[in-house]
Amino acid sequence: MNWGYFASPATFYRLAGWMAPWWFVIAVVLGIAGLYVGFVVAPTDAQQGEVYRVIFIHVPAAWMSMFIYFVMACYGGVSLTFNTRMAAMMARALAPTGAMFTFVALWTGSFWGRPTWGTYWVWDARITSELVLLFLYIGFIALANAFEDPRRGDRASALLALIGLVNLPIIYFSVHWWNTLHQGSTVKLTGTSMHVAMLWGMLLMAFSFWAYAIGAALVRARAIILERERRTQWVRELAAT
Amino acid sequence: MNALLAGHAMRAPHASFGSGFAWAFRRDIALAWRHPGETMLVVAFFVLVASLFPLGIGAESQILARIGPGVIWVCALLSAFLSLPGLFAGDYADGSLEQMTLSPHPMSGWASGKIAAHWVSSGLPLTMLSPLIGLQYGLTLDTLGVLAAALAIGTPVLSLLGAACTALALGARGGGMLLALLALPLFVPVLVFGAGAAEAQATGLSPSPHLSILGAGLILAVLALPSAVCAAIRIALD
Repeated sequence: MNWGYFASPATFYRLAGWMAPWWFVIAVVLGIAGLYVGFVVAPTDAQQGEVYRVIFIHVPAAWMSMFIYFVMACYGGVSLTFNTRMAAMMARALAPTGAMFTFVALWTGSFWGRPTWGTYWVWDARITSELVLLFLYIGFIALANAFEDPRRGDRASALLALIGLVNLPIIYFSVHWWNTLHQGSTVKLTGTSMHVAMLWGMLLMAFSFWAYAIGAALVRARAIILERERRTQWVRELAAT
Repeated sequence: MNALLAGHAMRAPHASFGSGFAWAFRRDIALAWRHPGETMLVVAFFVLVASLFPLGIGAESQILARIGPGVIWVCALLSAFLSLPGLFAGDYADGSLEQMTLSPHPMSGWASGKIAAHWVSSGLPLTMLSPLIGLQYGLTLDTLGVLAAALAIGTPVLSLLGAACTALALGARGGGMLLALLALPLFVPVLVFGAGAAEAQATGLSPSPHLSILGAGLILAVLALPSAVCAAIRIALD
């Protein structure tokens, strides 16, 4: 299969338009299933009571915040290496969704922290590095839009995303390296220390968020394509119909 | 500026990383020496901001000794940050940067030379001045030594990271605020470990883990960031 075929904005525009609704459907179905498992099936936590149920939003959002940054940096690397326009547009399209998930992870975390730790905010290693991740996203978006020439913004922000990549292992391993208030991870590849229904709730929500992120990025990429290619023949024909 | 440029770059008998580094380093040090005001401004800003904290927080010696290392680190970080625009912006505006890319020296050589000169004219004076500020905050002699050591290892990392960010932001809208948004989040790990080293010493723990991580960060930055700076300059001049 020739992947370069979809690197052309015109073909990608049609492909994304066809795929995006399906990703949203998957996101809604998985989201409903995940929330059902999270709120109805999963048992009440022995120590925290019902308040722990924010985990079904908080942890998947935190996972996605890091994962989207990684994917964004990969697209940035591809766009710098192969000089493809579509990869840079995808990196741009992913950034707002990643920033949103980072914000959601911080916001739900502070709502969770209030009843369990007794404080909305602590300057704990993981929380601080997640906040830094939010600023990295905002910096990426600001740099991408700071130039007259959008291609210049594409390349500069792609390089910034790659430099910022060093922050990801710091966030991910912060709970292992520093023994601070934020608890360690309970989900590991070698078995977990949590109830099976809780794990399924979290996984379903994570896949729902994932599908939403893909759908949102595709819709945003379509908008960016139209804006960039507005002077081309095919966009004019599209606008005329 | 251009006279200095024409004098050496074009007549280089053998172009290598070392000769490019030495040429750019000598040029930027000479420029800093002829305009000592800029370095003095960085130092004055550092001292001024560091002396604002006792005025704002109150002069209780216990509190000052407690917050001293962190405050001095933040002040050093901000002063190093404020001197960043001068690193490439002047050369970019008058076209020298473009001429340098045309010179036979490899770009990583002269870019590293410029970054090293930037550190010597901003990070090094701050490091040497930090024990004096530390004394004003009532830090013990051991803590002063660790603080200076941490700054000596950490400020080059700040110069390297800042150079990459300022090269990325060349010619961008938003200037200084944009640079702050790009550079300051990347400075955070350096600040955490740098201030952590002095803090550990002040509370009777060993500062060596923090210093080791800072050193590892410096090695990583020296190896990886010059090529990132070069890539950013190429993007800017494209």
